[in-house]
Amino acid sequence: MSSSLLQNPQRDADHLQRVLGDDSLTFAEKAISIKNVQIKANSGFTRPKVAAAAGDIVIVNVDLALAQDSTGPLAIRSLSEMGIERIYDPSKVLLVIDHTFPAADEKVANLHSMIRDFVSKHNCMLVEGSISHQYVLEYLANPGMIILGADSHTCQAGCVSAFASGIGSTEIAAVWATGQLWLRVPETIKINLSGAFKKGVFARDLILDYIGKVGEDGANYKALEWSFSTDEVKERFSIDSRACISNASMECGAKISVFPVDEITRNYLDQNPRINDAQRIEIQSGTSAKFKDELEIECNNIEPQVSGPDNIDKVHSVDELGTVEIDQAFIGSSTNGRIEDLEIAARILKGRKVHKNTRCVVTPSSVKVYEEAMRRGFVEVYLESGAVFTNATCGACVGTHLGALGENEVCISSSSRNFVGRMGALSSKIYLASPATVAASALEGEITDAKRYLQ
Amino acid sequence: MGNDASPNVTGHTISKGSAWVFGDNINTDIIIPFRFKSRTNDPYEMAKYAMYGLDPEFHNKISNGDVIVAGRNFGGGSSREQAPVALRYAGVSAVIAESFARIFYRNAFTIGLPALEIPEIRGKVMQGDELIVNITKFTAENIRTNEIFVAQKVPEFMHQMLIEGGLVEYYKKYKRLPWIY
Ligand code: SF4
Repeated sequence: MSSSLLQNPQRDADHLQRVLGDDSLTFAEKAISIKNVQIKANSGFTRPKVAAAAGDIVIVNVDLALAQDSTGPLAIRSLSEMGIERIYDPSKVLLVIDHTFPAADEKVANLHSMIRDFVSKHNCMLVEGSISHQYVLEYLANPGMIILGADSHTCQAGCVSAFASGIGSTEIAAVWATGQLWLRVPETIKINLSGAFKKGVFARDLILDYIGKVGEDGANYKALEWSFSTDEVKERFSIDSRACISNASMECGAKISVFPVDEITRNYLDQNPRINDAQRIEIQSGTSAKFKDELEIECNNIEPQVSGPDNIDKVHSVDELGTVEIDQAFIGSSTNGRIEDLEIAARILKGRKVHKNTRCVVTPSSVKVYEEAMRRGFVEVYLESGAVFTNATCGACVGTHLGALGENEVCISSSSRNFVGRMGALSSKIYLASPATVAASALEGEITDAKRYLQ
Repeated sequence: MGNDASPNVTGHTISKGSAWVFGDNINTDIIIPFRFKSRTNDPYEMAKYAMYGLDPEFHNKISNGDVIVAGRNFGGGSSREQAPVALRYAGVSAVIAESFARIFYRNAFTIGLPALEIPEIRGKVMQGDELIVNITKFTAENIRTNEIFVAQKVPEFMHQMLIEGGLVEYYKKYKRLPWIY
């Protein structure tokens, strides 16, 4: 857009080494500083000599800018209202048709067409079916990338150490136009994980427990940075589990939620090669970095959790909840619709029948997860148990198709949110839990934990 | 909202209206449910579902220029820009809250809906109080009590963008983005 913003490769390389080697910086400070655009003096922006610090407002170069089928149309409209004809780099722009895929009605279909027309005009990336965050994890995200998305759960890519965050439609249009956006460098809350989960307890229980303690705005504007007390603990957190935590961190307002690179990340990336050419930049917080808060979570202390209805920070252990009968059990969404989630659901449902008063809907989060579930025989297990297995999409998570709720219906769900009316009627009630708890509840027709099914 | 509803257009930096008081954690699914916002790209259509999660008739009840007053974490949840758009096109001239969720706050400035963070607002405004909101000074005045509240400052470029009516209007006028110098 403006020539003063062009980068100088040699200066960038020196800058990168200086920032990565600075022991006083957090992950977030380093990740932003690496991509910080040097701007003119007196512009009102911070112009860091070496690096940006928490609280600074800076402009960054963005490596990937995505929107989905319910935020993309507004972004396209804003771009056209601004009269902007070109996008900065089609290889860094991704449109995903995921929320209501395939189109549930003609109004949705028309908005999908608008997205396809935009993609063919600009030659950018288009994905249909897979949920954006899962697709980004499977094919695009690399450590050290700045990923912005017009979808709040974009923060999921923090599980492989990207600086990834959600923004709105018109702002993503501005990124499409210029490749850049302003960001405030967040303060960091560092959380160290130790111990091992009890039977029937999973990553989702951990993050629900945390949100219950800090509240829906407990990490608003902050970066969450996760670490492990020992290598043994680290091994217990697969990329799928980390993705669940990074994704659900949005529910306490986190701007990013990152797991710094370790062998598990490197193995995952090696086994799932990226189709983009961004290099991996491994960023670790420095030893003298300043954190807003540091805490320890002992995994052994966590019980199976359930959140809701109506607010996510209304969290109880399943035991404390009392009897709650359910009409629907939903296993899916970007929060918990990965292969690890589908596997535990299959283990619990195998050879058993879904309760006669309950519908059980299983929706994989991506086409890749769908294929893997077929290959591993999970689909047969679901069908034999009486569950419905759908195509990959957001679906019931947003109550638009494939499992909407009627008046006064109650649902237990592994999806992201339990807000009033999110899955359908305003009088319906949503409880959130891990896929294991949801599957066990589907069998019993009421909310129950999965312990007895995991002997 | 009525037929004469129109958003607070460029240049109108002082507005007067009645307060609609809400509690904490008014999330984006309350402000506009997905199943409605995902089926239209027309802001006036979005406005019909403003605050649907608490009151499906809200858009018929409010008058142009009215102000939403809320507690903590207004606009939590989704990145949906349709949330501030629906409020703005329903006739809401400003949202005042003790605090805002991060993405909603950005979106409000981007689409030109004044969002005033005033931590001490709790208990200081009653349903129906007449408020005067001044976008240039970034203040809200309760006419009943004569109290004037000053909102948390924002970076100058955000304030300018808001005064111009949002990012699109700003760009149309200056042919550059507010944060690029
Ligand atoms: S599955 Fe739910 S939380 Fe995830 S992107 Fe889709 S709508 Fe959002």
